Amino acid sequence: MGKYLIRRLFWLIPVIIVVSGITFILMHSAPGGPWDRDTTARQVDQNTQRLLNEYYGLDKPLWRQYVAYVIGDFNKKGEFVCGLVCGNLGPSYRMRGMTIQQILFAPPEGKNFLYSRFGYSMRLGVLALLFAVIIGIPAGVIAALKQNTIIDYVSLFIVTIGISVPNFVMALFLIILFASTLKWVNVVPRSWDEVSVWILPTVILGFGTMARTARLMRGSMLEVMRMDYIRTARSKGLAERVVVLRHMIKNSLIPVVTILGPALAALVTGSFIIETMFGFPGMGRAYVTAIGQRDYSMIMGTTLIYAVLIALANLSVDIVYSFLDPRIRLE
Amino acid sequence: MTTQPSANPTPSQIADLTMMTVKPRSLWVDAWYRLIRNKAAVAGMIVVAFFLFVAIFANQLAPHNPLETNAGKSFLPPAWMEIGPNGRPSDPAFFFGTDNLGRDVLSRTIYGARVSMVVGFLPTIVIILVGSVIGLLAGYKGGQFDNILMRFTDVIYAFPDLLFFIIVMVTLRETFVGKLLNGLFLLFMALAFVNWVGFARVVRGQVLSLKEKEFIEAARCIGASDARIMFRHLLPNSLGPIIILSALTIPGMIITEAILGYLGLGLTPSTNPNDIFITSWGALMLDGQVAINAQPWLILPPAICVSLVVLAFTFLGDGLRDALDPRLQGTQ
Repeated sequence: MGKYLIRRLFWLIPVIIVVSGITFILMHSAPGGPWDRDTTARQVDQNTQRLLNEYYGLDKPLWRQYVAYVIGDFNKKGEFVCGLVCGNLGPSYRMRGMTIQQILFAPPEGKNFLYSRFGYSMRLGVLALLFAVIIGIPAGVIAALKQNTIIDYVSLFIVTIGISVPNFVMALFLIILFASTLKWVNVVPRSWDEVSVWILPTVILGFGTMARTARLMRGSMLEVMRMDYIRTARSKGLAERVVVLRHMIKNSLIPVVTILGPALAALVTGSFIIETMFGFPGMGRAYVTAIGQRDYSMIMGTTLIYAVLIALANLSVDIVYSFLDPRIRLE
Repeated sequence: MTTQPSANPTPSQIADLTMMTVKPRSLWVDAWYRLIRNKAAVAGMIVVAFFLFVAIFANQLAPHNPLETNAGKSFLPPAWMEIGPNGRPSDPAFFFGTDNLGRDVLSRTIYGARVSMVVGFLPTIVIILVGSVIGLLAGYKGGQFDNILMRFTDVIYAFPDLLFFIIVMVTLRETFVGKLLNGLFLLFMALAFVNWVGFARVVRGQVLSLKEKEFIEAARCIGASDARIMFRHLLPNSLGPIIILSALTIPGMIITEAILGYLGLGLTPSTNPNDIFITSWGALMLDGQVAINAQPWLILPPAICVSLVVLAFTFLGDGLRDALDPRLQGTQ
């Protein structure tokens, strides 16, 4: 188990190298650079651009820039600045004087970590996951217990809608329904401290995961319900409530629990459209903005954080499974 | 021992024999019957066929030229609203109303179907071909080739795919490749690059389990070549999962195109009336979003169309899965 974990973690290294390599090549082949894209603002003059390029090492050959980003390089004063290997995601070219890790992880003055960009995205992801689990699991259980009744069909239909309709289209429908027509919620919030403004983004982001959870739970329940030990439990006279709660639900939760890690990663990393739509101060919107602004190290750093999160989430499936199902051995 | 039929059967005996034998049904025919008994799948098929028809005959079906601007007729409400929020009365000639330049929303939505259908089908066909062949080779030959494929798959799975599309579209839009087919060609390439891996993995898994079976052993014994075993024995037996996966990949492609269009990164809306692809549903939603409060009719037709098409493909895919692999029925 320990060996397996270490080997899997070592696999992160080539993944990071390849992901960063592809991102690096792609973003440097984009026309323009970090200094000249913002056409609304005053343009940076040629001389300053040259000095900035020199200062950030953007005048060096591309391979050297890549090595500098990953391992590190000597700066103008001859000091060695450590790169990605020390956890340094590089300086931002847009918010000058700040590093990427400060932008993403450091909260504003006097607030805690949850108020950083990453913290906002994380909170939204966790809330969406909670919504998905709290609605999805009971829905799946009820649908399975009432299989082939109208309840089952209605929930299956909602589930299929949730799985197939993309979340931004769902967002458009819900905004038109709840914000413009019924005027129940406010989509342009003044502050993200109000509780009510979180409802719509959370529900929209979590809807797909909710549907997937419900579907998985229903399938897993249907499988467990036909097991011999359920018949045994009934025949020894256990109350139906005990059979359902202790025997069926507990056993059919296994596949659902294993997908929670990837689901959370998908929600945290996949929220950038919702974040952009609602003007949410999270990591996803920062990422989309950075692409437009050619903020190279911001693009790189965020992509890598996403990739690592997803890889760790996939690893968590194997580990959780081996805990829940002792028959599985990790080699 | 059963009695042998006489050497010269009378015509009536022959008639009896043909009466008794049931025409054998192949697995595919069985699957087809299972599929058309599934109401949701049939409904999905009808919707897909409808949108395909709309896409192909868009220029005949559209009541107006999608590029024609009508001065003084901008933001007309749809036909069922008597008067719009800007005080303009609706015009029955523009059933879904008009946009900010007075262009007909219905016609533009009809033309948008083209992009979604092409994005759904064309890259899928390409990646089925590429993915299946690579999956076959990896599963059958194994060894180093297989290893490389699996490592490549790990990387692709670790890369957040939507972010990859965004980066590719942003960076390569202005280049020559990015301008082919109004940017659709680049989108196809990016979609195909990410999605073939899924097919390769499915085919590989299928081949790994099939190649130990007796019928492959038998084929090898009678001296069939590797190519023959792969393409005549292994490939036809992996077709079921390939078909299921393609029906579930197509809506993914359509959604991706819509998201990118919505972010302003998909197809570049065209102003040239000779172009086949004029606008896409994603681009229409982006246009309509600015007026989401006052003029929701701009955004609703494309949004409803995307949802309908994607739902239809999902129902069809679920139906295909149940029909081709009855063991999985209702479990997923």
